[in-house]
Amino acid sequence: MAADFTGLGRPVIDCDIHNAFASLETLVPYLHDHWVAYIRESHFRGPSANDYPRGAPTSAREGTAPATGPAGSDLARMQKQGLDPWDTEVGILTCVYGVQSVLNEDLAASLATAINQWQIDHWLEKDARLRASLVVPSQNPALAAREIERFGDHPGFVQVMLPVRSYSLYGKREYDPMYAAAIKHNLAIGIHFGGASSLPPTPVGWPSTYIEECADMAQVFQAQVLSLISEGAFARFPELRVALIESGFVWMPAWMWRMDKEWKGLRRDTPWVVRPPSDYVREHIRITLQPIDAPANADHLLQVIGQLDSDEMLMFSTDYPHWHFDGPHEAIPTGLPDALLEKILRENARAFYNL
Amino acid sequence: MATPLLDAPAVGVHTKEKLAVIDCDIHNVDGYQSPATEVWVNYMPSAWKDYHLKIAGRRRAGSNCPRAVPFAARNDAFPPEGPPGSHLGFMQDQLLDAWDMEYGILNPLSPAGGQQNLAYGAAIAQAVNDWQIAEWLEKDERLRASLTIAYEDADLAVAEIERLGDHPGFVQLMFMARTMEPLGRRKYWKIYEVAEAYDLPIGIHFGGAGVGPITGAGKASHYIQDHGGMPMAFQAQVTSYVYEGVFERFPNLKIALIEGGFGWMGPLMWRLDNWYKKLKMEVPDLKRLPSEYIRDHFWLTTQPIEEPPDPAYFDQMIAHLNMNDKLMFATDYPHWDFDAPDRALPRSLDRNVREQIMAENARALYGLA
Repeated sequence: MAADFTGLGRPVIDCDIHNAFASLETLVPYLHDHWVAYIRESHFRGPSANDYPRGAPTSAREGTAPATGPAGSDLARMQKQGLDPWDTEVGILTCVYGVQSVLNEDLAASLATAINQWQIDHWLEKDARLRASLVVPSQNPALAAREIERFGDHPGFVQVMLPVRSYSLYGKREYDPMYAAAIKHNLAIGIHFGGASSLPPTPVGWPSTYIEECADMAQVFQAQVLSLISEGAFARFPELRVALIESGFVWMPAWMWRMDKEWKGLRRDTPWVVRPPSDYVREHIRITLQPIDAPANADHLLQVIGQLDSDEMLMFSTDYPHWHFDGPHEAIPTGLPDALLEKILRENARAFYNL
Repeated sequence: MATPLLDAPAVGVHTKEKLAVIDCDIHNVDGYQSPATEVWVNYMPSAWKDYHLKIAGRRRAGSNCPRAVPFAARNDAFPPEGPPGSHLGFMQDQLLDAWDMEYGILNPLSPAGGQQNLAYGAAIAQAVNDWQIAEWLEKDERLRASLTIAYEDADLAVAEIERLGDHPGFVQLMFMARTMEPLGRRKYWKIYEVAEAYDLPIGIHFGGAGVGPITGAGKASHYIQDHGGMPMAFQAQVTSYVYEGVFERFPNLKIALIEGGFGWMGPLMWRLDNWYKKLKMEVPDLKRLPSEYIRDHFWLTTQPIEEPPDPAYFDQMIAHLNMNDKLMFATDYPHWDFDAPDRALPRSLDRNVREQIMAENARALYGLA
């Protein structure tokens, strides 16, 4: 089906727009000679993650890929398809280049620095509507903190991006230096679909197919949410703000009920969790809208949104250039009260990211 | 005479409304080491018993949290001798008689499936099954049991099913939720072929020993993440069965998900349907929507029952699930998170739905009179 890039007829803040670069050559001007030589001599092709297979229909809407380079690598095309028709007031770039799975941590850190400077030069300085997410080598939280210190005062960066599939859960203390730096610079944490940690993505081993891995990714988000709460990240950092990006959200109500029930029985193990886990979710966590994973019955979707018990949790996203919906009628749930819709379309993100 | 459970009613009162009760999750053993293993060890052939006593478990160790209480059991469920659940008379008094249960399904939690030494695992499975026949099935007509198998090796599992699959006391095959590979994968298909031939449902129970950590993002620190994390394993198993096309290949396969909760299932069906619509090119064997396979092939036990903050959400969840003919009541006796027959289900459910959940769905699935 030809992609429909018609917007909603009202302004939005889009919390998930993917910018990409055509090849590592793009980063050469930003890399030390040592790494340029290393990359050329070793034929390093980049991280091994295959989160968006190039031929998968979901990876790129028809017409989003420029003549050269992947979808999301051409600003003019993004403006024409992803920003202008949506009347996008602010668009938050989420570059998913997976430096976190580059095993050489020094190379990972240098790639992150290069990507972040490239984001400033080629995106933030070219379109005032754009904000960006810092790419950091979170497999080494100390290096990640250093990267946050390097760019954290730049007004274009609004969050630190982490892949949901990490080698170690994000509630653990090892990440504290990274969170302290993020809070110092008034940055949110964005946890995004994907990542390649070498660990199987499920509690039952490696799935066979890409579609299975995509579906299973929701459970990894569930694990990270429970970790952030039960391992005390929100207790140690009361100002920590976490966005779940491209996670889906329909699973969240049942997950909150489950966590609350477990906490009632087992809270003595984690005395710093002084309120039901769902309270921490509503206070600290936001979720981007796409993929909606909508049921056939529109009322059921409205009921699940009601079950979140919060009108602040959802933030609009298109996930450009990925394909989750066709026309604008599928971009948002049908039948939302206008006040809630306005919060989802703009105000929740404005408050969360301090825009 | 056992002391009644603290929240048990007077003897013989099954539920306040006199509904029939079938308990789909009773544990007559739970444990990977002594003293739990001692309840069945004398049923091992002497060579394997010797191995067991000298070497014991060869499990994939290193990622287990201590459980909150010994044997994860209620304080009032410790019998005069042996570990919780293992004393038939005590269990009859506390559970079957106290609630006037019509049937109870025994789910022995043994280390058979999680062994790296597969032949040792198969020997454990044989011992557990022979112990169940001699000490449980032949002693109380209300009891049925799950057949323990070393499911990580299909040939060994099939041999055990062929040895005992015709025994009328065994009503399903026992898997633990955390397997080495997602259960839709081909290495398990021989077991499903035989399960269909013997008309035995697959029971997948909370627990097990996976090949990696409990999460897709590393090891958990606390029991709440391990216990609370188990629904993630169930979701991954459902996803695997559906997308691998298992139900096209085995159209009569029935799967009971035990102690995994069920609140996640409605939204999971939506997610699987949506991703299927976008990526069906990758799974061409599928002929129907994932949710259609799920509603036909999966059963779910109720414990630990979902407790949303607003009772209206419970009713919505049941409507989203739309599987009233597939929910089956379970207590999880003697564990700490026991659900009592007269208190588990909200009053908002219609009486006929409660009848289905409390007994009739299990009666149909397990072929009980």
